[in-house]
Amino acid sequence: MDDRRTAASVGATPAATPANRRPYVLGYLLSVALSLVPFLLVMTSALPRAALIAVVAIFAAAQVAVHLVFFLHLGRRGEPAWNVHVLLYTAVILAILVGASVWIMYHLDANMMGP
Amino acid sequence: MSADAHAASLRVFGFWVYLMSDCVLFASLFVAYAVLHAHYAGGPTPPDVISLPGVLAETLCLLSSSFTCGLASLATSGSSRGGMLGWLAVTFALGAAFVGLEGSEFARLVREGSGPGRSAWLSSFFTLVGTHGLHVCAGLLWMLVLGIQVAFKGLRSVSAARMRTLSLFWHFLDVVWVCVFSFVYLAGSLFAGGPSMGSMPNG
Repeated sequence: MDDRRTAASVGATPAATPANRRPYVLGYLLSVALSLVPFLLVMTSALPRAALIAVVAIFAAAQVAVHLVFFLHLGRRGEPAWNVHVLLYTAVILAILVGASVWIMYHLDANMMGP
Repeated sequence: MSADAHAASLRVFGFWVYLMSDCVLFASLFVAYAVLHAHYAGGPTPPDVISLPGVLAETLCLLSSSFTCGLASLATSGSSRGGMLGWLAVTFALGAAFVGLEGSEFARLVREGSGPGRSAWLSSFFTLVGTHGLHVCAGLLWMLVLGIQVAFKGLRSVSAARMRTLSLFWHFLDVVWVCVFSFVYLAGSLFAGGPSMGSMPNG
């Protein structure tokens, strides 16, 4: 069976050459930076509240992407796509689960539990 | 590709599918938290109990441990037993520091009377953050077992596959933690103080 068409390299890591270490170093530096910035902004209240909430959400999304690409190696060239397929399917499930639940519960809150 | 390698690759893929189902578990807990996040029952609000410097320390521990876990799996693929055990030990220490910090945070909350029974918000807080913490503890146990196995029996192809699934698990927990510190801790310390449903009698 052709290697590239199996799930062989899900999370697989090649030997510890400097070139292979680079994505981990880069991912680590990026994730530390993407954590420190929102923490420091919130701790010092450097921006208005609405802007801070947007910054926190955007930095969280960016950092999740950094982890997926640099640590979990999703979408690496020549890799099998099965893990990405499962991830995308899960993303759809999560969108329905989270989006619909929050939508329904906030309407219930507004209609039945408000002052 | 040999039959062994194929079986190992299937196992790694199966573990990935498990992780995705774990995503659904955490998403459900995040939804419960989102629904209950303003139900304080007259009790403490997030800024009353959250200490951001402590959370930042926890975050740096976990991020660094994810990095060292990656180095451990690189050493494993390079068949370096010493490198793998060394980086695995560092990862374990950082993970244990995370659990210690979180445990002391939980103990402080309970001591201050802000335990999981105080309000619906605190129940959902302890459930969400605690479930992540339990996952981290499971990962620590896994590292311990794998480390002992490799130390005594050497690096075999089966231990390389175990290291691969372990590092997937560990990086996944890091992704979940990013969501926890962003939406529970950072957003929590921002949301309260604004218009909230905290005064509602049903908590």
